[in-house]
Amino acid sequence: MTVKDILATGNFTAISLPDEGREINGVYIGDLLSWVMGRAQADNAWITIMSNINIVAVASLADVACIILAEGVTVDETIKTTAEAKDVNIISTSMPAYEAAMELAKMTV
Amino acid sequence: MAESLYFEYPVDGENFASAGQASTRVKRNLRELGLDSETIRRVSIAMYEGEINMVIHARGGVAKIEVTDSQIIIILEDKGPGIANIEQAMQEGFSTAPDDVRSLGFGAGMGLPNMKRYTDYMNIDSVVGEGTTITMKVNY
Ligand SMILES: Nc1ncnc2c1ncn2[C@@H]1O[C@H](COP(=O)(O)OP(=O)(O)OP(=O)(O)O)[C@@H](O)[C@H]1O
Ligand SMILES: [Mg+2]
Repeated sequence: MTVKDILATGNFTAISLPDEGREINGVYIGDLLSWVMGRAQADNAWITIMSNINIVAVASLADVACIILAEGVTVDETIKTTAEAKDVNIISTSMPAYEAAMELAKMTV
Repeated sequence: MAESLYFEYPVDGENFASAGQASTRVKRNLRELGLDSETIRRVSIAMYEGEINMVIHARGGVAKIEVTDSQIIIILEDKGPGIANIEQAMQEGFSTAPDDVRSLGFGAGMGLPNMKRYTDYMNIDSVVGEGTTITMKVNY
């Protein structure tokens, strides 16, 4: 499953998509950044409601495949351009984290 | 590589929005050197946690990185308040982060434990009122 495949479901919107072909191997849900750094695995999709600029550095350094902003959370233009420059995929959805994760789980089987 | 490479980056203690810049640069350098992605990830995570700590807790500092043919050595130096009780600071969940940085997602008290977990060696040298020097090594 790639980030592009997730978008194709129609339930997610692209915010920053520098690497849409990136493979996703699982999901990590969390908002506390050090938990994400410590527990998310490389190539996970990271589902969060955190929307400040620091999520871009965390996603890049923890090497996750994409950030999925749940609950209809939005980000400002600076975050979008920073993410594009740092090669970080960000997509969003109006679904809560659990439902977004379920959507991805359906796709992996 | 025959000789060691050295990188040095200032860590700005004022600018929260750009926190993580030194770690991001190191990641890019290690990629250019052709290191494997797992090693790069371990260095990136450990260094980011240390860099963020310097911004949140110590008003910035300097990051020094040495790449040898078998390990990456990360030295983070600050002239912040120091850590009075290192054993307590190393415990998962211990944090003195103020509310404004907690609202950004920091302050879980997991940074120092992450640094230990992702490195092969970690030492904290700290004097209250003078500053903190953290040395980490990642073998590859
Ligand atoms: N460079 C430093 N200078 C002074 N105190 C520090 C420094 N680094 C860590 N500390 C102290 O150690 C505590 C624990 O650090 P740790 O990184 O584990 O958690 P945190 O920074 O509070 O939260 P998190 O890293 O999960 O966002 C900090 O709250 C702070 O009191
Ligand atoms: Mg920390």
